[in-house]
Amino acid sequence: MNQAAPTPKENQGDPVVRIDARLKVTGQADYPADIVTANVAYGALATSSIARGKVSELHTRDARAVPGVLDIVSYGDMDKTDKPKFGNTGASSIGPLHDKTVFHDGQIVALVVAETFEAAEEAAMLIRADYENERPSASFDSKGVKMEPAAGKSPMFKEDAKAGDFDAAWADATVKIDEKYSTPTQHHNPIELFSTTAIWQGDQLTIHEPSQNVTGWKVELARQLKLDPANVRIVSPYIGGAFGSKGPMTARTAIVAVAARRIGRPVRCVVNRMQAFGTQTYRAETRHRIRMGARKDGRITAFGHEAWEVTSRPDPYVVGGTSATARMYDYGSVLTHVSLVHADRNTPGYMRSPPETPYVYALENAMDEMAVALGMDPVEFRRINEPEKEPIGGKPFSSRSLIKCYDQASDAFGWSKRDPRIGSMRDGDWLVGMGCATAIYPTAAAPCAARVRLTADGEVRVQCGSHEIGTGIRTIAGQMAAERLGVGMDKVSVEMGDSALPPAPVSGGSISTASVCSAVMKACDAIREKLFAAAAGRGAPLAGSGNAKLDLKDEEVVTETGKSAKLADVFKAMQVGALEEYAEFAPKGSSPEALGKLYAGQSEFHGGENDEDSVKYAFGAEFVEVRINSYTREIRVPRIVGAFAAGRIMNTRTARSQLMGGMIWGIGQALHEATETDQRYARYVNRDLQDYLVPVNADIKQVDVILVPEIDHQVNPAGVKGLGELGNVGTAAAVASAVYHATGKRIRDLPIRIDDLID
Amino acid sequence: MRPFVYERPTSVSAAIAMASDPDAVRVPPTGASTQFIAGGTNLADYMKLGVARPERLLDLNTLAEPALRQIRIDDDTIRFGALVRMGEAADNNDVRRRCPVLADSLKFAASGQLRNMASLGGNVLQRTRCEYFREISWPCNKRDPGSGCAAMEGSNRQHAVLGTSDACIATYHGDFAQALVALDATVDVEGPRGRRTLAFAKLHKRPGETPDIETDLAADELITAIEVPLARWSTRSRYLKIRDRESYAFALASAAVALDMDGETVRSARIALGGVATVPWRAREAEDALQGKVLDEAAAQAAAEAAFADARPREHNAFKIPLGKRTLVRALLETRDLKG
Repeated sequence: MNQAAPTPKENQGDPVVRIDARLKVTGQADYPADIVTANVAYGALATSSIARGKVSELHTRDARAVPGVLDIVSYGDMDKTDKPKFGNTGASSIGPLHDKTVFHDGQIVALVVAETFEAAEEAAMLIRADYENERPSASFDSKGVKMEPAAGKSPMFKEDAKAGDFDAAWADATVKIDEKYSTPTQHHNPIELFSTTAIWQGDQLTIHEPSQNVTGWKVELARQLKLDPANVRIVSPYIGGAFGSKGPMTARTAIVAVAARRIGRPVRCVVNRMQAFGTQTYRAETRHRIRMGARKDGRITAFGHEAWEVTSRPDPYVVGGTSATARMYDYGSVLTHVSLVHADRNTPGYMRSPPETPYVYALENAMDEMAVALGMDPVEFRRINEPEKEPIGGKPFSSRSLIKCYDQASDAFGWSKRDPRIGSMRDGDWLVGMGCATAIYPTAAAPCAARVRLTADGEVRVQCGSHEIGTGIRTIAGQMAAERLGVGMDKVSVEMGDSALPPAPVSGGSISTASVCSAVMKACDAIREKLFAAAAGRGAPLAGSGNAKLDLKDEEVVTETGKSAKLADVFKAMQVGALEEYAEFAPKGSSPEALGKLYAGQSEFHGGENDEDSVKYAFGAEFVEVRINSYTREIRVPRIVGAFAAGRIMNTRTARSQLMGGMIWGIGQALHEATETDQRYARYVNRDLQDYLVPVNADIKQVDVILVPEIDHQVNPAGVKGLGELGNVGTAAAVASAVYHATGKRIRDLPIRIDDLID
Repeated sequence: MRPFVYERPTSVSAAIAMASDPDAVRVPPTGASTQFIAGGTNLADYMKLGVARPERLLDLNTLAEPALRQIRIDDDTIRFGALVRMGEAADNNDVRRRCPVLADSLKFAASGQLRNMASLGGNVLQRTRCEYFREISWPCNKRDPGSGCAAMEGSNRQHAVLGTSDACIATYHGDFAQALVALDATVDVEGPRGRRTLAFAKLHKRPGETPDIETDLAADELITAIEVPLARWSTRSRYLKIRDRESYAFALASAAVALDMDGETVRSARIALGGVATVPWRAREAEDALQGKVLDEAAAQAAAEAAFADARPREHNAFKIPLGKRTLVRALLETRDLKG
């Protein structure tokens, strides 16, 4: 068996090869900064070296003297534009050149434009700022931070989840856990650097920039530049890693557009790795206190989850993962509270499974601690607390295959061979530890439009303004069309990543497969209906087939009784060369304005815990083995097994790849990833891939992904649950549990490093 | 990046003549207006960051002397030309067979791509990766003498505990140099004032009050070769590198160990420590503690204690002291168990 292409089980699609695989591995896929543009000038950013204060004077004379410098965009030059807005399409409300206030380290103070990249970089380094420096607050423990409740600060986090009488249940509980956990600042660090290329043709502006939300950006950029959105186009056909960092637009896009207009030439600005730490979003630092009470028999009676999150001074970015943790198990009673801590930092944002990764880390650690306190097997403990209904709203799960995932993953892992005694398993000088944890991710969908064309010779073109961020959505959308229209994948082309295409929602929240495939399916079905009507009509190739069910297969219309007509003949009978359908999909429960908002660049999410009929989640179970050297205490992960159930699997190859990548990221979260902040100055210190560590090939050995069959008709017409953000949830807790099993040390603050285990 | 003049001398003497400058003797090579470049894996990086600001680069890759690119091994020495790439030396079977610690210290450094570019002469002269040194907006006594040290009270998990001063705690991150300093290697240096051979241990200077002066070299001097004497301890040698991930990371702690054993007794030990010190660090106290002793865990532990007796931790790097000791203990025991 080819491990990369798992054999499909029930309700799972073929492991079709990625439609753009060859282009990508041969370097022929053009990423936004690769687009050849005539007469382009190059931009480089100058950024602040303080985190709080005011720019009193900016010295640009030396920079202007660098040969080849064409222009410097700075304070005053953005005054005719509107400031950015914070929200789903905007990363922050900070308009760095609208205002001389410095809100964070690495804030843009100028954009230099020059004939060459080198001249622009050199000049940007020569820009000096005089500051009125104020003492900044870096994080939770700094003086001068402002704390406030998170509930109601974000449309996506309306209230703190509660159920039952937590205080009474906590007081009565026989076994109690009351512990604190934390997760660090993390930056996405996609290998493709952030970039903006702005090209004006008269009043028409085209932006080439890696984006997870071309329609949203088009509208937001038009607002900032006071243009008609019809005159703005965002193009982003390939994206070299995004993970949420390319979801909200940053202030840079408008600044580069203004520079291009000023000099009357296209401008390309590629942001260097270090500057990306301050000019893009990142995963917020979080702290958690979990109180869990249980009876001796293992039933949880009280679950309390309090959390604190760092955000910027002006923007209330909420992580808010209690929505998921509060619904994970059959708790009895639930009390949650999330607080925002405003510090002198740039605004955080979405990073792969934004709420679940840090919050489920805390919950699943506590679950393991409670299992130990109860003297119970951690898998058995979860089985005992498996809910019939979610505890907050009392709604059923549309489907929930968590226990199946645990059973299949623990079998494959060999969990029964684990000796539960701490430090009992050893291989020479290496301590062996095993741990497990639950993965959960809400299943949502949003309105989406798509256009599909089928020609008489069976060529299919799918157009949809979604984004290939590496997930395989292009392939899957093509697969959906190929299946519905009865042609081979070699006949299918898919166009994405362009705001001139039918609008799609932001590629975030693992909604793309459900949303895009549902729209593509709808367009294909409209084509099918026309074809079938024509094929069975009077004088048509299948005239008289009457009520027989028709289908499309191998470029033929086929009947149940085995009759068939070639596609070309049906088109001939219709006297047309091609059929094209434009379809709009809106998930169940969508508001009457939902589709209108899609064109205005706003994505209305449905699903997760917000639907009336049920709550919708995908689940998984992950098992990890760690090895820790008894002398030097380095932690290695020789193997990890994950089993996941996520409704219909469109393509077992891309699904496995997403989940595997997620688990690898989870290992990185457990052991490597952390942005260090100098607490005195609120400045990031390790702003490069030399010191911001992610796992390399040598760190990753055996990774097994099991796709557990699941059928869910409630979630959406395509029956799919997103899984792009499922694999990295829970992983870090499984690693932490394994480290505890090996060493007896419970490390509650990520990442877990040698420092924590050595004495 | 600032503009610079780029030239390609074709011989060592021409390169030296081009670099020769009456001022060159007064400025450390890292601050000179003319600098040499070979693989460029360190210098080009620092030029982009504005840390290195040469006005003129002399590319050594066009030097004609064949010896610069050769590894010569005879009965009692291994001689590396300064332009031999890290990758070539790491993959050389004779180097590995005759002196494993040399090959391992190279193999566990950087990535395959970097090893294919970086020259050995450049590798031993690599500058610290201290993040406060790399980012020019921070005060740094090494980059900007007298400006202060931001690392001292800052994020200093990566920083040194041995050989530090009140002016600088930046770690010397190289691996190959640990093997060289342990094995009493020498470097051949050529300059306008003649040719000299320098003990490798004298090449790097502790920061003291002048952390900007990193080596004993003048700006117009060029390393042409590195020579390692082979001895009874060469084959029983090992490099152990402990880091946050399994590959492509700097050492949190490392140990280069070579042992000459008489049965279970240590006749002579050669030890150097990486990741924990400001310069390539020969642990002579540990060597002395082992001499004539039966090498068991207790003896290894005693040697490790001796090696770190003078260690000075800062807020975030105190773990390097127990880690450094355990790294040395493990390296000693693993080296003992190798075939002599």
